[in-house]
Amino acid sequence: MNKSRRSFLKTAGISAFALSSGIAEPANEAYAKLAPGRYTRGETALTAKRWAMVVLTREFKTPQDYEPLIKACHSAHNVPDIAGRQNIKWLWLDAYAHVFPDDMNSHLDEYTRAASYPLLCNHCSNPPCVRVCPTQATYKMEDGIVAMDYHRCIGCRFCMAGCPYGARSFNFMDPRPHLANPAPNPTFPTRMSGVVEKCTFCAERLAVGRFPACVEASDGRLLFGDLENPSSDVRKALANNYSIRRKPSIGTQPGVYYII
Amino acid sequence: MYNAKAVIFGILIFVGLCASPFWASFIGRDYKSTDIVLPKNEKNCIEDADFMRSQHMRLLNEWRDEALRNENRVYTALDGKKWVISLQNTCLKCHNSYEDFCQKCHVANSVYPYCWTCHIIPKGGK
Repeated sequence: MNKSRRSFLKTAGISAFALSSGIAEPANEAYAKLAPGRYTRGETALTAKRWAMVVLTREFKTPQDYEPLIKACHSAHNVPDIAGRQNIKWLWLDAYAHVFPDDMNSHLDEYTRAASYPLLCNHCSNPPCVRVCPTQATYKMEDGIVAMDYHRCIGCRFCMAGCPYGARSFNFMDPRPHLANPAPNPTFPTRMSGVVEKCTFCAERLAVGRFPACVEASDGRLLFGDLENPSSDVRKALANNYSIRRKPSIGTQPGVYYII
Repeated sequence: MYNAKAVIFGILIFVGLCASPFWASFIGRDYKSTDIVLPKNEKNCIEDADFMRSQHMRLLNEWRDEALRNENRVYTALDGKKWVISLQNTCLKCHNSYEDFCQKCHVANSVYPYCWTCHIIPKGGK
């Protein structure tokens, strides 16, 4: 075959255009899908552009006030309670100095300094854990939730090193012996040893039209909603109160706000 | 060729040994059904039986990615029936006996998927 330089360049140009412009896209998609059916969201699913949570910390008087929330979360997701440093944490409490270490105010009022604050995954807009994950086991979804696919997690723990909030826990051992038998929530999986886990903003509950377990258990003291919607509960609370986020200076843009 | 007789004889023995599983199957046992027990209350699976038999593992992978990454948690099958995407809550609702369904084929085919280290089998067993 004798091809002129001109005809070769023509073909190469058209091919490059087709591949990069998306004309060839439908062919790729048909190849990628295996099942003959269609995938859609549930009819009752709650959707948002950017899910966020607001904690009304003054409504909680004692650390015990947070107990029902933690219990609701951990039993909904089969989170074990392991004594010692290898515990699994989805929702937990810590002191002001640890939660907001950037705040150097040494004359903070006694109540604010002594109170406990609930901690969970911040579902950052710029999540460092997602950036460092070598297998894309953790990823950010369209609605702002930083989610995990435990099937893909290889347990390298880069995400734990990357997360500035300590929101991730590693399963050093099989969690099942540390759970009640049968598991607290038989409709939700457990995890296995060797994977990292964390709060999911209850993506599985949002998919069936329910708010997160902790929000449901909080009697309105945790607000949950769409940060992009000006009429949502979270936006109204943020518009009318002074709120802070954890470690704002590192630029992760957390989705959990604390009204102090 | 030097020592042609011995070399050819050796090659024949070698080929015969390599193909021994093939010869063994001629004198071996007959094909045995795995005797899986199909669900009683449901006639049709998500897609037709041939597809499910050969592709269920790939379908599960696709379901996982669609549900977890794209938040598409409903699958509309070819016959129009809608299924909630969940191994634990949808598949295992009909296929409620792990020992009589999943395990029989998996053991017969020497595959040992580790679904159940995380997903909970009905009745709480492991």
